[in-house]
Amino acid sequence: MISMGLLFAGVLFVLGVAGLLARRNLLMILVSIEIMLNAAGVAFIAAGALWNQADGQVMFLFILATAAAEVAVGLALVLQVNHLHHTVDADAVRQMKD
Amino acid sequence: MPLLFALAAIIAIVATVLAISRSNVVHALLYLIVSLLATAVAIYALGAAYLAALEVIIYAGAIIVLFVFVTMMLNLGDAVQRQERAWQPGRGWIGPGVLAALLLGEFIWMVTEGGLGSQVHRVAPKAVGMLLMGEYVVGVELASMLLLAGIVAAYHLGYGLLPKQKAQQPTSETTEVGTK
Repeated sequence: MISMGLLFAGVLFVLGVAGLLARRNLLMILVSIEIMLNAAGVAFIAAGALWNQADGQVMFLFILATAAAEVAVGLALVLQVNHLHHTVDADAVRQMKD
Repeated sequence: MPLLFALAAIIAIVATVLAISRSNVVHALLYLIVSLLATAVAIYALGAAYLAALEVIIYAGAIIVLFVFVTMMLNLGDAVQRQERAWQPGRGWIGPGVLAALLLGEFIWMVTEGGLGSQVHRVAPKAVGMLLMGEYVVGVELASMLLLAGIVAAYHLGYGLLPKQKAQQPTSETTEVGTK
């Protein structure tokens, strides 16, 4: 059961990695990062259930806070990119100065 | 309980596969919501009822709603969707797919060889709360500072995008961002 939990977290994380590598839409890149953070949280919960410790759940709460802060800043950046380049294509922002 | 977990995990994985492969962002977000709800069930089956509730409230409720808001604000037309579809079935998926599959194979091998224990311990919400406000209280403070920094940064980055008459009233906007 616990190894199933870790396996589940691993599959979710790998799917997030695949999406992150394959997609070029900035919104989908952020979605993939969310999937990966969620998978890391599931891994913490599975590990906490294995050792019968609440620490894993505390770590999940911290991951939740990090994900919320990350998505707020990331989406603001997406809005800014869309404002400047009129697209959400990640290739549009490959130059530092324009 | 293992059946519940397996079913929820399969639903979550299928929904995530569909989410990362949709060309329409809104469809992807809907699949992601299904995935997160199924993940909440899986977390419940792992003995963490409190976090299953938080998964629904914060991930599916707050974070995805933020995504939906931004998708609506961007109002991406059909052109973007056609571009996405043109990128979709091509060879762009082969490289990432192979790399991700290798990573997954390595992980499956590691987990099955490891032979971790099989019984589930339930951890009550009270234990989590005691630990959070006791041992990890510094972490809680740091997380709140991180969230404050996130709010300030999001407000700063989005400030120039506001319409003129709204940009002149920063106080009302601050409360709006804060409640999110």
